[in-house]
Amino acid sequence: MKLIILETYSQASEWAAKYIRNRIVQFGPGPGRFFTLGLPTGLPRDHPESYHSFMWNNFFKHIDISPENVHILDGNAPDLQAECDAFEKKIKAAGGIELFVGGIGPDGHIAFNEPGSSLVSRTRVKTLAMDTILANARFFDGDLSKVPTMALTVGVGTVMDAREVMILITGAHKAFALYKAIEEGVNHMWTVSAFQQHPNTVFVCDEDATLELKVKTVKYFKGKCLMLVHNKLVEPLYSMKETGAEKSQSKKPYSD
Amino acid sequence: REDLWVREGKILNPEKLFFDEKGSADVQLDCKGSIIAPGFIDVQINGGFGVDFSLATDDFKSGIDLVSQKILSHGVTSFCPTLVTSPPSVYHQVLPQIRVRNGGAHGAGILGAHLEGPFISREKKGAHPEHCLRTFEAGAFQDLLATYGSLDCVRIVTLAPEMERSSEVIRELTQRGICVSLGHSVANLSQAEEAVQNGATFITHLFNAMLPFHHRDPGIVGLLTSDKIPAGRRVFYGMISDGIHTNPAALRIAHRAHPKGLVLVTDAIAGMGLAPGRHTLGQQVVEIDGLNTYIAGTKTLSGSVATMDTCVRHFQEATGCSVEMALEAASLHPAQLLGIEHSKGTLNYDSDADFLMLNDSLYVQATYIAGQEVWRQDTSGM
Repeated sequence: MKLIILETYSQASEWAAKYIRNRIVQFGPGPGRFFTLGLPTGLPRDHPESYHSFMWNNFFKHIDISPENVHILDGNAPDLQAECDAFEKKIKAAGGIELFVGGIGPDGHIAFNEPGSSLVSRTRVKTLAMDTILANARFFDGDLSKVPTMALTVGVGTVMDAREVMILITGAHKAFALYKAIEEGVNHMWTVSAFQQHPNTVFVCDEDATLELKVKTVKYFKGKCLMLVHNKLVEPLYSMKETGAEKSQSKKPYSD
Repeated sequence: REDLWVREGKILNPEKLFFDEKGSADVQLDCKGSIIAPGFIDVQINGGFGVDFSLATDDFKSGIDLVSQKILSHGVTSFCPTLVTSPPSVYHQVLPQIRVRNGGAHGAGILGAHLEGPFISREKKGAHPEHCLRTFEAGAFQDLLATYGSLDCVRIVTLAPEMERSSEVIRELTQRGICVSLGHSVANLSQAEEAVQNGATFITHLFNAMLPFHHRDPGIVGLLTSDKIPAGRRVFYGMISDGIHTNPAALRIAHRAHPKGLVLVTDAIAGMGLAPGRHTLGQQVVEIDGLNTYIAGTKTLSGSVATMDTCVRHFQEATGCSVEMALEAASLHPAQLLGIEHSKGTLNYDSDADFLMLNDSLYVQATYIAGQEVWRQDTSGM
């Protein structure tokens, strides 16, 4: 794995943003060649305003994305399992997830794969753990009774199939979960630990999130040599305009 | 920083468009970081550019069209043409020619007429001609109707509540959906409060043409902090913030006492937009010198020649209030006064797309009505 430790929350966010941008530009997306960005499902669509509003206000309205290329799991679908299966098919049809960006729950979960989730699970319906319900209360004015108890989520296995996985972990309250995820064994009680077996994982965190890690671990990843390597990933910052010439030449159709 | 979405003349909710219709923008306009604000609404404007709404001329229609087109450059997208105290013949000739209509490239929308007088106080007539003043003690509402001829396109009536039988008149007008405003009056606070209880909701140019604030009888000015206002209702008050009609300190006192009721008006007269000199205001002759307008040969203020955007800028400067507050005083508050805030005066989803682009100093750069650009600042440096 790569463990990128930045001092503050905003520095961690900026590093992650630059990295994602470079990855997209270097991939050279175009018509028929999709850079598939996976994101955790967030709250179920029972609450149409809060989740869709969240995604619109924080992401979609700031970028030029065609609405047809946006796929969000629909918690109001008549047949939830069919909705999940269809989602898996859509991922395959788009050529697989290029980069999955997610966070970690205080109980070490990725997306809504609560402790006890199979490490090879696929997209399905999950009952939420108390930790998660508490964490989501902020979207429902702190009223626990309003928080949904079930969610549709991509599975651990679904995320493992992505070509690259990026996990963002900030804040002291996530420190223990990060420790369990990277310094202890692969364990279905801390589902993020599954990514120890993924060839391309990047963990991006701030200082506070490293509070439960061994000094040795932190020193290794913050050491001069590795920081140089890590910084090369975000500097120089690539632009779509530069790669324009190469793009038009390598126009192999991505899907048939 | 935000985007504004418009479709078919109304402000659109982009989220619904994105998720439900899977749609995106057909046309994108770079506003270059301007402030986007709802279009201004002027509820007291007596004319401009040589046109006097209280004069029954043959080409009255083209006069009102000219004014409605010219005020687009001041950021006004809707207005109430105002008639000062006039003889009944004028009302009978002019009122049928004023039609409520939507704005567009031809000019700002007309919301209805504002009839300021003739049922006002003799002592506070200001620039209004004394020989045309009237009372309605004989036939109350019927007298009023006979004077005006028709109330079809009338939106606001200013009267003096201390006049006998005003309560009936106010109730009748309010029932017909006409906004009753108190002005040109020597009413004390209890008379004003009674008028509000009967339905009055506006005060015409606060401080001007009314008794001054007195600590034992605040008069009409006391309505700003009165505790006798019926629950759920708000009293609005017009202010001409041209720096002349009201001392900035008085403007600040009113604003601080009741910020949500302040409505900016121009009270503009025919001379607005023209060179200094003599012009008419109904039956009177007025003299313009800079921003001052007086009855010819006197020191009696008569209307103003300030434009709406000048008033907004002066208001913001004098009170030090936020830009939002200053803009709301010229858009949201007049819309709330007239009960049309669900479609005008805001940038809420589904309301009419009447808006302005302003630079940081609150100078209007472009005016839009129903999503269409109807005026743009000429940047050719002429």
